Amino acid sequence: MSATAAQRFLQDAAVKSADLVHREIILHGLESYDAAVLRGRARFKDWEAARRRCQEIKWEAVNHLDRYLLQFEERVIAHGGHVFWAANGEEACNYIKNLASRQGVRTVVKSKSMVTEEIHLSPALEKAGIKVWETDLGEFIVQLRNEPPYHIVTPAMHLNRGQISELFREKLGEDIHGDDPTELVAAARRKLRRAFFAAEMGISGANFLVADSGLIALSTNEGNGRLCTSVPRIHVAVTGIEKVIPRLEDLAYLWPVLATSGTGQPITTYSTLIGGPRKPGEPDGPDEFHVVLLDNGRSKLLADAEQREVLHCIRCGACLNICPVFRHIGGHSYGTTYQGPIGSVLTPHLRGISDFQHLSYASSLCGACTSVCPVKIDLHHHLLHNRRNAARAGTTKLSERIMFRVWRYIILHPRIYALTGWLARRTLRLLYGLGLAGSIVDPMRVWNRRRSAVPLPSESFRTRWRKGLATN
Amino acid sequence: MLATNSERLEQIVQHRVSLFVPCFVDQLVPEVAVDTVKILRRVGYQVDFPEAQTCCGQPAFNTGYWDDARPCAEMFLRVFKHADVVVCPSGSCTTMVRSFYPELLSSSPLRADAIALGRRTFELSEFLVKLAGVTDVGATFPHTVTYHASCHGLRELQLRDQPLQLLRKVNGLTLIEMSRFDECCGFGGTFAAKFESISVAMGDSKAETVAATGAEFVTAIDSSCLLHLQGILGKRNAPARTIHLASILAQEKT
Ligand code: SF4
Repeated sequence: MSATAAQRFLQDAAVKSADLVHREIILHGLESYDAAVLRGRARFKDWEAARRRCQEIKWEAVNHLDRYLLQFEERVIAHGGHVFWAANGEEACNYIKNLASRQGVRTVVKSKSMVTEEIHLSPALEKAGIKVWETDLGEFIVQLRNEPPYHIVTPAMHLNRGQISELFREKLGEDIHGDDPTELVAAARRKLRRAFFAAEMGISGANFLVADSGLIALSTNEGNGRLCTSVPRIHVAVTGIEKVIPRLEDLAYLWPVLATSGTGQPITTYSTLIGGPRKPGEPDGPDEFHVVLLDNGRSKLLADAEQREVLHCIRCGACLNICPVFRHIGGHSYGTTYQGPIGSVLTPHLRGISDFQHLSYASSLCGACTSVCPVKIDLHHHLLHNRRNAARAGTTKLSERIMFRVWRYIILHPRIYALTGWLARRTLRLLYGLGLAGSIVDPMRVWNRRRSAVPLPSESFRTRWRKGLATN
Repeated sequence: MLATNSERLEQIVQHRVSLFVPCFVDQLVPEVAVDTVKILRRVGYQVDFPEAQTCCGQPAFNTGYWDDARPCAEMFLRVFKHADVVVCPSGSCTTMVRSFYPELLSSSPLRADAIALGRRTFELSEFLVKLAGVTDVGATFPHTVTYHASCHGLRELQLRDQPLQLLRKVNGLTLIEMSRFDECCGFGGTFAAKFESISVAMGDSKAETVAATGAEFVTAIDSSCLLHLQGILGKRNAPARTIHLASILAQEKT
């Protein structure tokens, strides 16, 4: 299994990074994102101070998770809602499936939620004979394509309008001409509107769980989130335990910072607070309100003092957008629910270090992610820590372990180091003189195969120093 | 991580620096270190090269083998123990010493030494601008040049302006900014070998932004990035060539 996930990654990444059409679409999309975010940050009087404040809020929440979660639960129950604590994805799916079958649910409408992707909720419900509609436009598109989301915030980022138009013609049987976005949205809306009114259950995620008031906070842009959480009889919010924040006023920082990092907006079009089922006299809202709090490996991460701050993540997507690796290999190559730097840090924790350690190495450690993360997670250093943990756990390749042991011996002995260097350069010069650079006999072939050969000077610096450079 | 004024004064009075030459510079591009020596001497410093130095340990550290990297770090600390100021023509290896040694040696008796040495270790452009206080090193390089901001220098050491300040003072040099100058070139140490195709794709993108400037040369403060980039440019038969910042600054009027 370990070989398979890693091998699949290597293959997919190689294919995608050579796909210039893909690169063009992604770069084009990200160019406007970059510009919007720059404008967005400039709207803050002090963006760095806002980041620090958000970091503090999340730090406080994550380091007192027990207290804030219990407070949140208590308030939700007081509002007439239900709270279910799910240790893993299976428990969460079973709870929702049982609820659905008890209530005779045939149709579910979903607003965007990465946690439901993480636990594979939709396939579980479909298997139980329930029709699931993704109602976020991007999610709707990838659902039609039978694909996982490409990106945690913009699930259909990898497609251009032409491809979407074609997809709609084929899958929705709609008579669409051209790729006018208004027409495309209208087609999706016609389809989804019927689903909204048919659905007995709406499922959403949550961007934040507000402990002091027992509310869930949703940031959306299409209005589908509001419909999902108010039209159907039952609303289920599925969310990770790390989403809790202490106070309602914390949203004054988190909402704009999330929106700015995610899309460059000052605040998302819809910012919704939901506090339980409809009360007598209220005009709308569900009859039943459930919150599923998912652990699924998060408490293990909480126990790790060094990497605990990974739980600060507010899933804004900024680290993916800036990541040069993501920009070249795209979201699907990762083979994970969470892509990009945060996915590479998180996935080994959620799904096992031996199966997903390769992602921690699939980074040049350039640190661009860390420089943009709105809650200041030290992402690239966590990748480094993951690597150290993998080496420590002995899950890395034996050949590599031996290589570094030999390397260490050489480095610790300056004479041997100088001799080895001289010998290696001499041998390689001979080899390359025969035109064998990058060939099967070239020990540097992974370097030389697709790059011109490294220079091999006849003298090292230390030799030149001895030969006369030393005299000041 | 700025030196205090008194430290700075002391170093300037002594005018003596120790050179830290990264292993791949020593072995593959020695002229970069030779040029570093030239510049340092030209601006009035005596240069010492402690010959027992080899490698700072970064390759093992970045690949996760901290137990193999640690003795290398310890050796490095011994070699440079008596150095007043260490200068290195690499942002990446300076980062290793200044930012990562304290963590690597967190439970070693040498941790305090590591922190102290980190404060005395400087990347070349950082040293010239911040410590020596020079931006004009008397160089002449009548060519068009574009600058790539190497990641470690930029994001670990916050070296944003120093290299550019130096380049702007070079006689005859025309600086052309490339788009996304701060996006990684795709080198990344063992990443370049483990994930060849991703690394090469990133290098290709960089090569394209270099080509778009039309500059004759692309420069940076790290030979590692430049070796990778030269490999990519070479394979594409691109006209632009790579050159280390030190090699530009070392050029004098002929
Ligand atoms: S790690 Fe930071 S930048 Fe990345 S998605 Fe999470 S909050 Fe956003």
